[in-house]
Amino acid sequence: MSTLLSLRDLWVEYGDKIVLEKVDLDIAAGSFVSIIGPSGAGKSSLLRVILGQESPTRGTIMLDGAPLAPECGPDRGVVFQRYSVFPHLTVLQNTMFGLECAGSPLLARLFGAARAKARAEATAMLEAVGLGDNLHIYPAQMSGGMQQRLAIAQALIKRPRILLLDEPFGALDPGIRADMHGLITQLWREFGLTIIMVTHDIREAFSLGTRVLALDKRRHDPHAPHRFGATAVYDLPLRPREEETGHREEMEA
Amino acid sequence: MRWVNRQISRSDRLLWGAAPILLLVLLYIFAAAGRHAENPSDKILPLPSGMAQAMSSLIFERDMLSGQYLFWADTLASLQRLGLGLGIATLVALVLGLLLGALPPVRAVLGPLVTAIAVIPPIALLPILFIALGLGETAKVALIAIGIAPVMLRDIAGHVAALPREQVIKAQTLGAGSWQILIRVALPQALPRLFQAVRLALGPAWVFLISSEAIASDVGLGYRIFLVRRYLSMDVIIPYVAWIALLAIAMDVALTWGLRRCFPWAQGANH
Repeated sequence: MSTLLSLRDLWVEYGDKIVLEKVDLDIAAGSFVSIIGPSGAGKSSLLRVILGQESPTRGTIMLDGAPLAPECGPDRGVVFQRYSVFPHLTVLQNTMFGLECAGSPLLARLFGAARAKARAEATAMLEAVGLGDNLHIYPAQMSGGMQQRLAIAQALIKRPRILLLDEPFGALDPGIRADMHGLITQLWREFGLTIIMVTHDIREAFSLGTRVLALDKRRHDPHAPHRFGATAVYDLPLRPREEETGHREEMEA
Repeated sequence: MRWVNRQISRSDRLLWGAAPILLLVLLYIFAAAGRHAENPSDKILPLPSGMAQAMSSLIFERDMLSGQYLFWADTLASLQRLGLGLGIATLVALVLGLLLGALPPVRAVLGPLVTAIAVIPPIALLPILFIALGLGETAKVALIAIGIAPVMLRDIAGHVAALPREQVIKAQTLGAGSWQILIRVALPQALPRLFQAVRLALGPAWVFLISSEAIASDVGLGYRIFLVRRYLSMDVIIPYVAWIALLAIAMDVALTWGLRRCFPWAQGANH
């Protein structure tokens, strides 16, 4: 499998606090990488750096062999734990937003045939995530699970090279969370996505991922705990994709 | 039952809410009647009949000097100044508030200036405005606009800057640039806040209007009140003040209604 994203000698520091040190990673196209680790081990920092929300202090990030711009862009989609959807737009408008931005630089709105096309594409995407019957309600009228479904549809409509999930299911009820696990696995397979997910839930990390990264500090200085950063202390490749797919279907049956 | 748990029904609320107002009106009428019993030509606490008489000549009869219905001319002039001042302030607050709130470089350049202007008491600027812009309409409108715009601007900028960072990031991952984020993410979410800002600015706007009319004017609600004060004409002042209160309440109600009507998404799950 080809390498999609590679991090080389990556350091993230805030002032004299070192959060991540010497992270070297290669992420293969089509993989589902779970990132786990204790609070403060830099899981979210790593995600923010890959997303382009922050730039690393040192090191390089290459996407498809080209250095990554230190800014967010449509090649990397994201779903946060909260606030991922726009409260002032309906479900359909939220999903069409990405298409409208690309198609209309000045007004960020589409009209006529282009609008009808975007609308059809957004509707199809919303049906894929199970929101086909709720096109015209606002996020405030939706449950947490529905909002996350919307956030996923909104991100996928741009066909991102990588989908980044920052504790996407952390705020959901256990039952809803199980549904969402099914949905994200299905979408990952159907769209051939590459996913990086940060989670607190170790079971979730292992049941969804094809690879699990555990971030933690290798060294610890009790007098200056902030002077050592975390890095990937465990890198566990799980079953490869095809094999794993069959296995999971058995488990679900 | 504990007082914190007592809910008052809608019809009862109307009754209870009206009670203290009616009580005050009754108290006033008793006091006025008492004074009139002692001195039938008392001017300090006029009776309702006296007020009606004084007002009817202002409302229904042309003024001999100017040929206008004074009450309506005053109302029109004041509302025009207020409307212009509010309009200009709202537009400035929206445009600059969006830019300041959403774009860090603009905030770095203009933020200190806006803060500096906001701490100047607007009335202290009135002489400067009169000198620079003359005693006409421009100075009065400018006072209202300068008086309320900085507070509104800072409110809008603060609200836009406090939008969840996640939304701005998400918009960028969906391909939006600065301009598109401004008009599709920041602007729509700033509008409900703008309605609230205008509501809160109405009070100060009236203060600045009445002040500027009191100092230099020849028509307007504030001008009339300060003019007839010389003759102790409480029979005109009290109805004028009540009319100003009524206009202010009507504007507030209209803005609240417009807010609910235009932004259903901002009302939570129950709409």
